[in-house]
Amino acid sequence: MTEPSSKLQSLLDSGQFVVTCEIGPPKNASGTGITQHAAQLKAYAAAMNLTDNQTAIVRLSSIAAGVHVLAGGGEPIIQMTCRDRNRIALQSDLLGAYSLGLRNLLCLSGDHQAFGNHPAAKNVFDLDSIQLIKTVKDMRDSKVFHCGEKIKQDEPQFYIGAVANPFADPFEYRVHRLEKKIRAGAQFIQTQCIFDMQRFETFMDLARKRGLPERTHILAGVMPIKSAKVAKYMQKNVSGMLVPQAVIERLEQAEDQAQEGVKICIEQIRHLKTIPGIHGVHIMAVAWEEIVPSIVTGAGLMPRL
Amino acid sequence: MIVAAAKPWEEIMASLHGMHKVLVVGCGGCVAVCLAGGEKEAGIMASTLRMQRKLQGEPVETEEITLTRQCDPEYVRELGKKLEGVDGILSLACGVGVQVIAEHYPNIWVAPALNTKFAGATLEHGSWEERCGLCGDCVLGQTGGICPIIRCAKSLLNGPCGGSQDGKCEVKPNECAWNLIYERMGRLGRLNQLLEVAEAKDWSQGRDGGPRRVVREDVKLDD
Ligand code: SF4
Ligand code: SF4
Repeated sequence: MTEPSSKLQSLLDSGQFVVTCEIGPPKNASGTGITQHAAQLKAYAAAMNLTDNQTAIVRLSSIAAGVHVLAGGGEPIIQMTCRDRNRIALQSDLLGAYSLGLRNLLCLSGDHQAFGNHPAAKNVFDLDSIQLIKTVKDMRDSKVFHCGEKIKQDEPQFYIGAVANPFADPFEYRVHRLEKKIRAGAQFIQTQCIFDMQRFETFMDLARKRGLPERTHILAGVMPIKSAKVAKYMQKNVSGMLVPQAVIERLEQAEDQAQEGVKICIEQIRHLKTIPGIHGVHIMAVAWEEIVPSIVTGAGLMPRL
Repeated sequence: MIVAAAKPWEEIMASLHGMHKVLVVGCGGCVAVCLAGGEKEAGIMASTLRMQRKLQGEPVETEEITLTRQCDPEYVRELGKKLEGVDGILSLACGVGVQVIAEHYPNIWVAPALNTKFAGATLEHGSWEERCGLCGDCVLGQTGGICPIIRCAKSLLNGPCGGSQDGKCEVKPNECAWNLIYERMGRLGRLNQLLEVAEAKDWSQGRDGGPRRVVREDVKLDD
């Protein structure tokens, strides 16, 4: 195929330390905000994730949001969850997304609908995230649909990403599950937000022992926290996220909590850069996208190519 | 067993509205074991129904019978002799039993007294939990005897997802099925089996194509 391939892939393959960030699509039918964010952030982030109805709350679709990012000159990473679509709809959306110029895909299971604004919805989970990764890879490399039927021409050639959560349990199995994702076809990995650095370093030790950073690009997830209140909420209510008490205390004692949150985030990035096997950072400034430039600059990651 | 639980009273009363004689039919199968639809529950149901209707000034006459199994035509045929003057049947069976009655008595109204919940097991006296989603293609042989289809909130075949923490599912207060699978496979020295990518499930064996059938020519009786 002749269309441009993934810029994110070229950057990661070139060995650069890459920054990605996240844009949450709105709960309405306007793409203007997304395009503006993309235009504002494109100098600071190699690519931007578009979440797929995150926490099971209905929002503008990630594929449409990706097109709005393109309009703003940014490089989109489309998130695709298994919660709402069966294998027919997933593959159909993959074809459609590729036809619209989207090149990067992040495969996830998806948050359970019990958390969202439609808890009475029926979930799908026809494929799981690992099976979705394999499906996307088979469509690209073997030119077949999930059922085995040949894709005669114009197969979608996505750059395939997945997530890893070093803070979920059982801990030792997290590295194995990451390896399963890599084996299924994940070329880049974005981790869950890191607050417990010690646990993350142990995770990376194990990953390095299994040679995983040589087989995929790992982007460490960070999140600037606006206040101690938000940190406490996440510590208590978000499954699979570990927020150490020390982080909460540091925020509580700060005069300007938001500024302290940014400072913590910058320190983390500077530290993450020194960990062998980390190929970049993924900044999740949910509903605080405009802070990304100061974080990237503060972490000494400017100018970017 | 099939686990069921009584419907709200208002719903039962509404479904028998205007009837003068109701046949209350218990079932001696699963619903008797889970204390929802056996002989005792059928008795209580009938007397409560009479009392409530009397209070409303619309008395009703009831008959009671509890069949060995309502899912079996052999037993359901026994109802024939009880139907004299009956204008409605209240079945305390699972949804299967209610339907077998409907199939055999096309001209008489039948209403369910229970909500059929799931295929499950007794945890302790008075407490039951789902164990099987009747998917038609059992994967317990890959997962150490713990069902990911029904016990994992996302039916993952390559779990656990990132929401698993301290053995709990992100959907509280459930246990994370994949954590249980991981621990059991570890105990049995079979963790390497979990490293293989499990293929997507063939849901054509599941509930998606209308009623499924099992036919065993070898056990059919010649006429
Ligand atoms: S895998 Fe299917 S048949 Fe086996 S226990 Fe689970 S739902 Fe039931
Ligand atoms: S936490 Fe465990 S049981 Fe719950 S959805 Fe995830 S893998 Fe399934």
